[in-house]
Parts: sequence; C-alpha cells; structure tokens
Amino acid sequence: MHRRVPDMGTNFFTKHRKLSQFVILLIAFFALVILVKPNEANVLWRFPSLLASLPGIINDFAENLMFNWFPIQVYDPHIEEYEEVALLREVTRGFSRGVLFMIEFIREVLIGGVKTIVAFTSWEFVRENPWAAWPALPWTVVSGGAVILGYALNGRNLALLAGAATVYISVFGQWHPAMETLSFVLVAAPVSVLLGLLFGILSYKSHAVEVALAPFLNIAQTMPHFSYLVPVTVFFGLGDHAGAIATIIFATPPMIRLTLLGLKKVPVEVVEAGLMNGSNDKQILFKVLVPTARRDILIGVNQVIMQCLAMAVIASFIGAKGLGFNLLLALNQLRIGQALELGICIVLIAVVLDKLSLAYANKQTDYFADLSFAQRHKYALVFAVFFVGCIAVALLGQLIFQDGINYLYLIPHNKGITTELFWQSGVDWMVDNWYAGLQGFNRGLIVNVLQPMKNAYLAMPVSATFLLVMGTGCIIGGIRSALIVGGLLLFIALTEWWDRALITMYMASFSVIISVTFGLIVGSICAQYTFASKAALLACDTLQTFPSFIYLIPVIMLFGVTDTSVLIAVIIYATIPAVRYTIEGIRNVPPSLKEAGMMSGATAFQRWVKIDLPLAFPHIMLGVNQTVIFALFMVIIGAMIGTDDLGQYILKALSDKQGIGNGLMLGLCVAFIGLAVDHLINTWAAQRKNALGLS
Amino acid sequence: MKLKNTLSAAAIGLASIGSHAMAADSAEPIVIPTHNWSSQVVMAYVIGGIFESLGDTVEYVPADSQAVYEAIRIGDVTISHEVWQSTFGASFYNAMAKGGIIDAGTHSAATLEEMGVPQYVIDDNLCPGLPNWEALKNCPEVFATADSEGKGRWLEGPQSWHGDLMPIRLEALGLGDLYTVKFAGGADAIWAELASAKKEGRGIITFNWTPNFTDAEGFAFIEFPAYTDGCRVADGGDGACGSPKGWLKKAANYKFPKTHPAAYSAFSKLDFSSTDIGQMAALVDIDGMSHQDAAAKWLADHEDVWKPFVE
Repeated sequence: MHRRVPDMGTNFFTKHRKLSQFVILLIAFFALVILVKPNEANVLWRFPSLLASLPGIINDFAENLMFNWFPIQVYDPHIEEYEEVALLREVTRGFSRGVLFMIEFIREVLIGGVKTIVAFTSWEFVRENPWAAWPALPWTVVSGGAVILGYALNGRNLALLAGAATVYISVFGQWHPAMETLSFVLVAAPVSVLLGLLFGILSYKSHAVEVALAPFLNIAQTMPHFSYLVPVTVFFGLGDHAGAIATIIFATPPMIRLTLLGLKKVPVEVVEAGLMNGSNDKQILFKVLVPTARRDILIGVNQVIMQCLAMAVIASFIGAKGLGFNLLLALNQLRIGQALELGICIVLIAVVLDKLSLAYANKQTDYFADLSFAQRHKYALVFAVFFVGCIAVALLGQLIFQDGINYLYLIPHNKGITTELFWQSGVDWMVDNWYAGLQGFNRGLIVNVLQPMKNAYLAMPVSATFLLVMGTGCIIGGIRSALIVGGLLLFIALTEWWDRALITMYMASFSVIISVTFGLIVGSICAQYTFASKAALLACDTLQTFPSFIYLIPVIMLFGVTDTSVLIAVIIYATIPAVRYTIEGIRNVPPSLKEAGMMSGATAFQRWVKIDLPLAFPHIMLGVNQTVIFALFMVIIGAMIGTDDLGQYILKALSDKQGIGNGLMLGLCVAFIGLAVDHLINTWAAQRKNALGLS
Repeated sequence: MKLKNTLSAAAIGLASIGSHAMAADSAEPIVIPTHNWSSQVVMAYVIGGIFESLGDTVEYVPADSQAVYEAIRIGDVTISHEVWQSTFGASFYNAMAKGGIIDAGTHSAATLEEMGVPQYVIDDNLCPGLPNWEALKNCPEVFATADSEGKGRWLEGPQSWHGDLMPIRLEALGLGDLYTVKFAGGADAIWAELASAKKEGRGIITFNWTPNFTDAEGFAFIEFPAYTDGCRVADGGDGACGSPKGWLKKAANYKFPKTHPAAYSAFSKLDFSSTDIGQMAALVDIDGMSHQDAAAKWLADHEDVWKPFVE
C-alpha cells in the first residue's frame, strides 16, 4: 500500500504525455497559420495541382474501354448494318440485360406487363398477339400473401405489420410505384446479400483476399453515391438495372464486412466439434460456420435492406422506376404531403422486408416432426385458396365498379385517399408562423459562426493542415498513422479542388460536433430506460430509410438557399448513428459494474461520467466514425440545396464532358476525407479498448 | 408484310392511321425519358400517345435531365423532347460532339431563361422602376438575405447550367458592389424559395424560365440591355447584356430515323407552342391531375394540334 511520490515536474508530462504533445502541435499549427501568407506560388500555402490531368486520363480510359478498344462487329437488324462495338460494352450490356430480366420478371408477376414474354419471343410477337400480356395480380392477393407469409414466419404481430403496410400502400394509391420499387429491391437486396456472403467467406478463407478487398470496401463505403452514377450509366446503361447495380455497389460492402466479422468470431471449438463429427469442408461452412455467425450476418442483411431502400430515390436519377422517381416529381411541385406519403411507403417496405428476412433466418427447421402433406403445406394451401378467392373478388369488383376504378383489383396511382392537404397546411403554417422568428437566428448563425468558420478553414495554409492532421496521426497511432492520413490528404491537396474540400470539411466538422453532442446527450438519457431505448432505435431505423430529400424542401422554405439549410439537413441525418451507438454502447455496459458504482455511492451523474461513458467509449467512437461518414454523405447531397463545395462539383459532373473522370476523382476526394478520419478514430478506439481490457 | 402490319394495327384497335406510314417501324419500344418537372412528364406521355397511335411501342424511363444526353448518345434512351437552350445546351452539344445524338428540330415555343421577380414585387412596388434593370441600383436591400452580407441576392440555378454568366453580368452592369450571386442546387430549391418568399410578400430575384408553371401566378423577367451576337464574354463581348430569346429543341438517337421512320417523321414535325406547353403543365400543376391523365386529356382535346404531325 505504499505509493511512490514522484517528482511533480515530470509527473504532469508523463501522465499527460499525449495531451502535452497535442498542445505543442497546436502551437506549431497556429504559428504556421500566422506565418504563411496567402500566395498561390508558395508551396507552403497551396500545393500545385499536379493531378489536374488525372480526371481526363480516367475519362479517356473509360471511354476507350467502352467505345473503342477490342472492337467487334455486331449486326444491328434494325438498321440492317454491322456496327463496331467495344467488346467490354457488349459484356456489360449482356449483364445489364440479365439484371433487367430479373427485375422485369418480378415486376410483371406483381403488376403485369409484356416484357417477360418479349424476352422469350420478340416485340413483333407481342405486337401481333395482343393477348400475350401478363395480367397484374389483384393487390389483395399480394397483401394477403404478405400477411400469410408474415404469420407463417413469425406469428400474428408480423402478419399484422405486413397487412397494415400493404393496405396502407394500396389505399393511398401508391401500389404501382411501390411494386416497381419492390421488384427492384427484391433483385438488388438478394444479390447484395449473396455477393456479401461470397466475398465475406472468401476473405475469411484467404488472408490475401481480405487484404486485397479492404481498400475497395473502404472506398465503396465512403464514396458518395452521386459520384458513380455517371460511370454506372456509361457502363451499364440507363434503367432499372442501372439503379439496381448502383444500389448493389452501395449495399454490398457492409454485408461483406459483417459476414467476415461474424465468421471470425466463431470459436475454434465449434469448428472442431464439426470436424470431429466428420463434416467435410462444405458442411463446415454451411452447417457450422455460417449458422454460428448468424447474428452478425443478419445485421448485414438488415443493413443491405436499409441501404437498398435508402438508394430508392438516388437510383431514380439513373432510371429506376417507382416511389423514388414519383417522390422527386412531387417535390419539384412542392407537394410535400404527397412526397411524405411516398416516403412512408419506402420506410414501410424497408421495415416489412427487414422483419420478414429476420424471421425467415431465425426460423428453426424441425427435423423430427412427422407431418402430413396438408400440415406441411398448410400455408401454401391457405394461400392457394386465398389466391382464387381474391381473383373472384376482383372479378366481382369488375361488376360493382362498372366504369370507374375497380378498387378490389388495383387502385391506380394517386387515386387513393390522401392526407396531402393536412401536411401541406402544416408546412404552410410552419412557414407562416416561424419564418420571421427564425430569420434572426439564421442571420446570427451565418454572420457570427458559419462565415467566420468557413473563412478560417479557407485561410489555413496547406502546410498547417498537414502538420495538424499528420501530427494528430503521429500522436494517436505513431508514424504509420501519420503516413496513412498524410497520404490520403496529399491526394486531395494535389487536385485542383483543395479549397472545395476545405469547405466540405468545414460543413462536415460543424455538423459532426453538433450531432455528436446531441447524440451523446439524447443517447445517454434514452439508454437509462429500456422503453426509451427501443423507441429511439426504432426512430433511428425510420429516419435512416426515410428519404432526406423530403425535409430539404421545408428547410429551404424556412432558411433559404443557405449553408444553414444544408447543415440542418446534415445534422438531422448524421445524428442517427450518434444516438444509436451511444445507446448500444451504454446498454452493453455490464450491469454488475453499474451496481458496483451505485454501491460505492456514485450519483447518477457520477455513474454516467465515470462508468457508462468510459466503458462505452470504444463503441461510441464507432458511432462518431459513422457520424462522420453520414455527415459527409449528406453534405454532398446538400449540393441539391446549393453549396460551393465538392458536392456541387460532383453534381456538375453529371453534365460535364469529363463526367466519369471528374465524378470519380471528386468521389475519391470525399472518400479520402472520410477514410482519414476513420483511420484516426479506429486507431484511437482500438487503443482505448485495449486499455479497458475490452478486446 | 404489309398485310400483317395492317392486321396488327386492327388487332390493337388503333384507328385512322395509314398503314403505309408504319410499314417499317420496328416493334422495339421507343424509350422516352421523364424528368422531374410537370410539363416535361406530361409531354413525354403526350408524345408517347402520339407514337402509340402510330402503332409503336413506348417505354418511359426516369432519368436525370443532365445525364440523359449521354444515354441518348449511347442508345439507351431514344429521344429528348425538351432541350432548353441555356440549361441543357452544354450537355446536348457535349454529347453531340462525341457523336450518336442528332438534332431533331425546334419547337416554336419562344422560350426565355432569365433573372426575374414574382409579379407581386412589381405590383406592390417593392422596387420602383422594375422590370427595367436600372431600378435594381436603388433597392439592393429589398433582395438581401441572411447570408448576402447586406447586398441584394440573385438566386441563380446550379453552376452546371450557365457557369459564371450571372456573376460576370453583375460586374459588367456595375452592380457588383450591390448584389451577389448565390447558386441554388436545382429547380426544387428555387421553387421552395419562391413559395416561401410569396408567403411573406418579400422581394426575391431568381433565375426562371418561360413557359413554366410560374407563368400562371405571374412572373416578370428583368429587362436587361438587349442581347446582341457576341455581347457575352465567351463570345468576346463585355457581358453587359440579357439572355437571348432561347430555343427549345428536340434530340434523338442517330438510329431513330432508321428504326422507326414513321415515328421519327412525326417527332421531327412535332412542334409545340408556349400555349400548348402551358396547357399541359396547368392540367397537372393547377388542376391537380396525374401526369398520365393530363396527357390523355390533352391528346383528346387537341387533336387539331397533333394530328398534323402524324399525317
């Protein structure tokens, strides 16, 4: 019990070594800011844009690949001529046709059409045989099917949810676009899950694959989706398939990550037990590893579904039909009520698909039950009866609603009931009553905070930025970290968009500070109560799939085309992971530790500061990490309001001559900002985890 | 072959179309893009209806209005029927320079794409002397916003529409000390600001165009010094001039005339006036019809306008 009394002088520096290093770093940083004067010729102020010609090179490469290299002769029967087409383009177009066929097939089962028949015959055949069209299923059949499926998988509650969601969609007159969106999700989501599983398993089996895949995963997860829209249309064309492919690129990486994470957590003993029972490789994989890693894999499936529906709006930029396109159309007419109803449909589809897939994966096969044919297929039989019944009802409806709309068959788009007026007057009321009051706040924020902050970022010499970022890297993770973050930033500094990137960083860092503060407080409070936690997590799920475009419009009405509007939209979105991870982190703190705290007489506040937060810290840092990524994404989408950062240039790339090259390069710039922050936070969180003995 | 086609036309139940015109049209669908504004979507369905009356198959695909020209060039989309000079001219000519897209004629609709103010700004005399541009010198404060640092603000479309045209014009007209340009992210942002300004009855200068749904409520374009050839900086001038009367073109994939000669012939003759476009937009924006219904109604009510295109 004898404590050594150290010399007070060295004590402070040894105990707070990192802190004092950081203080010295800050002093050096400000010295550089003051000393280096703005001068474009000075390398310490701005690096020369050595990479300025790279977008052109990427662009030429892609163009040549798609239009010039490896030409083959293809006969076009419509113009009765041979054409030279690049081999790769034929390959990608073949792939596109495959994806499109799957989407059209599912779509036509749901809402009818001719394309599936065309795929096996020809357009001429369909034109000459008007009977050759597939009829749409009555909405009652699909709705009933969803209820039966829900009941079969998870009982009454899921059946009610599925029923309520499908009835809502139909009654509100969104059946047609909703089924279009559904058909495209039903292709994109399974493909993403399968690809994710495949690459996850491959990286588990081979370290080389894992290492090779890592950079692609990092970039795919941090690159804003706007930046690869043009390349996707050039490579795969325009249409539902292009939307689906962009969605797959966006949704697969988290699935790979989570599959790998789950497999790595499987204890060796479990695999050995499998081996001892004489399993072969395949059995080990599918009967032992994958089922044991189920928890993480299912989180992956959940993420895939969320990401797919979150892409519903963006995908309509490149030809995906359905709710997303109608939503953009409604917003352009400022019909916020209609857009909101469409947004709710998207959320409902996400929730139902998520719950159904979860229930399906959790369903245990009963190997010992000895059931009759009727018992085994009772749900299929119920559905068959229901199917016939619904069609009869639909035909009956034909007689009831003679000239008008047969509500028992299909409710046409926008012919259902609507609550549009209610929402519309709500928005009007908000603008009428709040606008004047908010102007003072808006002006004060812009003049006193945002403008000075933006100017401060732009006044940073590039040498000072590098010193600060690499120095922080060095303090947190040593030379290696310093080199990694330095390298990532160097790429951006050598493009011609460094100033734009600084503006992106200003907006992202402002919103991250607000979001994390808010998330920590709200998350910590909610985490104290089970019910509040569940409600908050549900709200997070909803907000994550709810299309952010909808609240951009009211925000613009209140705050105008200003940075305030952009930042509000960003903060709403980026707060989601901050709240989610805080709740999860604190609720996972072992109860025994909390009790120990209470027994030692800690007040609720002391317990929060001394036990909850430190122990939940690594998990919360992952939340901060996600907050940064979400904020960057939304800052880019903020270009739709009006910004002058990287996002505006990404949007501009949609019509540029060098669209592919510029879009990809700008996307990489955003990704690299995200990756640099990601690296610093992850390294720090890992060290804290070690220190706390959590890993 | 001819008999077969005539039969099929009868089978589909289409009336009154000469079979000679459709003899060679391929049965492959004609792909028409839909963008996110009403007149364009209604016109897409109107044109689709005209093609269908010729016995053609039509397919609609949502597309970004800037990215669509690349898609037409490659052949994923067949036509574009609203190519606005100042907004899409750049994308259209960029694609044309690469090859694969053709100019299929111009609508007679006289378009204007220019900075302007809502009619009430003039009626309420918020800035006396408007729409003459010189009036702007006396009232920048009427158009000031939270982030304009006391200057008046011009709300311009995204930079991809006309680059630095408006900032250059401000300087050239000597308004640079009084006004500043803010680039909006897209049309939605402009409409949202217009709606909000109208509620407050506050002054706003924004980029807009005609024919547009804003015509119904009244929108006054500012009268700048007249446009003359070469007055813009890009053409060697000083930039102190307004926008020219613009064109509204139609574009098509280069194979379209060969694959669907009858449809292409109709498309090249197709010509809508400002009134036609205004009517199409009003059916949706004012009467609240769905886009398909609006197109069907317009086709039924205005056979005199479109029948000549298919003859």
